[in-house]
Amino acid sequence: MQKSENIIEIEHISHSFGDKTVLDDINLTIGKGEFVTILGPSGCGKTTLMRLIAGFLKASEGKIYIAGSDMTKTPPHRRPVNTVFQKYALFPHLNVFNNIAFGLNLKKLPSTEIKKKVMQVLKIVTMTDYEERDVDSLSGGQQQRVAIARAIVNEPEVLLLDEPLAALDLKMRKDMQMEIKAMHKKLGITFMYVTHDQEEALTLSDTIVVMSEGKIQQIGTPTEIYNEPINSFVADFIGESNILNGTMIDDNLVEFIGHKFECVDKGFGKNVPVDVVLRPEDIYIFEMSDAAKFSGQVTSSIFKGVHYEMMVTTPEGFEIMIQDYHHFDVGKTVGLRIKPADIHVMKKERLCNTFEGTIVDKSHIRFLGHTFKCPTASQFAHGSKVNVNVDFRDVILQDNEEDGMLPGIVSFILYKGDHYHLTVLTEEDENIFIDTNDIWDDGDRIGITISPEAIKIINL
Amino acid sequence: MRKNISSFIGRRRNWSIPYAFFLVFFVLIPLGLIVYYGFTDNEGDFSFTNFRKFWMQPEAMNTFIFSIGIALITTFLCLLLGYPAAYIMSRMNMRGAKILVMLFILPMWVNFLIRTLATVALFDFLSLPLGEGSLLFGMVYNFLPFMIYPIYNVLQKTDHSLIEAAQDLGANPRQVFFKTIMPLSAPGIYSGIMMVFMPVISTFAIAELLTINNIKLFGTTLQENIYNGMWNYGAALSLVMLLLIGVTSLLNNEGNAKAAEEGGLI
Repeated sequence: MQKSENIIEIEHISHSFGDKTVLDDINLTIGKGEFVTILGPSGCGKTTLMRLIAGFLKASEGKIYIAGSDMTKTPPHRRPVNTVFQKYALFPHLNVFNNIAFGLNLKKLPSTEIKKKVMQVLKIVTMTDYEERDVDSLSGGQQQRVAIARAIVNEPEVLLLDEPLAALDLKMRKDMQMEIKAMHKKLGITFMYVTHDQEEALTLSDTIVVMSEGKIQQIGTPTEIYNEPINSFVADFIGESNILNGTMIDDNLVEFIGHKFECVDKGFGKNVPVDVVLRPEDIYIFEMSDAAKFSGQVTSSIFKGVHYEMMVTTPEGFEIMIQDYHHFDVGKTVGLRIKPADIHVMKKERLCNTFEGTIVDKSHIRFLGHTFKCPTASQFAHGSKVNVNVDFRDVILQDNEEDGMLPGIVSFILYKGDHYHLTVLTEEDENIFIDTNDIWDDGDRIGITISPEAIKIINL
Repeated sequence: MRKNISSFIGRRRNWSIPYAFFLVFFVLIPLGLIVYYGFTDNEGDFSFTNFRKFWMQPEAMNTFIFSIGIALITTFLCLLLGYPAAYIMSRMNMRGAKILVMLFILPMWVNFLIRTLATVALFDFLSLPLGEGSLLFGMVYNFLPFMIYPIYNVLQKTDHSLIEAAQDLGANPRQVFFKTIMPLSAPGIYSGIMMVFMPVISTFAIAELLTINNIKLFGTTLQENIYNGMWNYGAALSLVMLLLIGVTSLLNNEGNAKAAEEGGLI
């Protein structure tokens, strides 16, 4: 009974290119008439997901239902979906009219009807009088409109848009965003929009699907995603944010940056480590007074057009980004406070690194594809499978790949106010998480060292 | 003096002087001579006798028409054989395609006279008769790479998203080919046709060797006349051939321009 309401249902879809898994067990349902945006950084698998729905790729595992029927193995020309390609993919050998009429001609519709339909969509995309033009003679924005017209003239159940505005300049992009939104309202069909631009996603969508590393991180309305990010990746990717380590002391009471704050979150338990997200525009900044919950010193202030973006350092050594209409001089001590409802508490995804390991002998253990020295290995029978815990602080990073026990690449950096939380990808495709005060760049190749004392073995 | 020379060399426009010499002495003057000989009789008086002779003599005229026929058939066979080959190679992975292209071009490293003599030996060995069949075989064998390469080049550069767009709009594999891939490769087809048709119409060595001079092509007639000192008549025949090639390339240019404009079908 659900099937008639949902236009697309994706069940346990996984896909890999060679040994690289790009989509890992994706489940997603899209309702009829929804505007859904798949949002994520490049390489997160969003385009692959779209190509699976369009039929250009065949899923390694899982099922795709479109309009109630299983289309997992249906070739693209038999699917009730049409695509607007990233670089438009207009046929250079056909003029505007024949580009738009391509799909209708294949359906062998009478030519009067084709003409009527083409003229209709040309009106929708405000391109009347352009039907005889060569597609190469059109501007980027006009080509974009023709590409959209060519897709919607076929009256698909779902319109797929693959970063359709990426090639346009900022001003043009903003205008087209509004037009696409208006078109969606007018046509009433389902739009599935793929983008890496969080602002675009927030502006356009009914529902946003945030993806990272082949997995769906969060599904929700733009406000839900913005105000209640489920984890630090989403919080960091959507808008600007301060992400800090904290402790949930009790229901409605959280401690971070050395102070206790009232908040509206509960149900985490007592004294549980959490991540705290503060949006920079939610922090009140004012002349030092009794109203201040805590204080800080302005270290930088940049004018951003509408507001000023200031970095404030607290006496406890935490750096916080604040956006406000008022300017405060660099070096000034300011008062700060936060409303309970503006403190967003997230469960920590992990408290330390956990790896699967094997005891090699009395003083060695193997994990991450490397054999480490470990005195406590003697307590376990050799060959036994164990879990290994390593604290974020106990992983040492070196500039030269050769200096470390194993090499890795910095793949994600999160600033936590007083330190960085790094995600490092090893050659074995495993993630190591590291807390450090040193500054590294995304993509840095580094050496990783773990000292014998830092390895904690846990019997399974 | 020395300063003069260096300043002469230093000026960039002077660098073109050798090429200007070359063009004048090896292109313009010979062309002028051909035109002069073609339009004069043995006495050196201006006349149309040579052209009239060509027009009235059925033998020369027949050879001419036969040659065009052979050239058309060869071009058609090359297209028929070459297009699928180019298409298959354009669909292969980069390394495989490179090796295949290389294999198709490899025979060109051998001098074409030697290649043709070897073909004669091959026909001899298989005791196949030398005649029109062997002539066409030799022509196609020699000129096939000139058809494959330009088509492959265009196909290989075709934006894959155009093919996906056609599929997306409801085209089945056959329709994808006839409505997108083929029209998009039209410029390659045009240059392939040019590169096969033009040399085939003027070649005579292949016909001479592969039919033991039994079948005469227009090139052979031309060569025989010049060889026998009939300069005026030979020059006139050259002009006829030049005209034919000129018309072909003109038609082709028009087709190409049209292809670039709207990718019209062949």
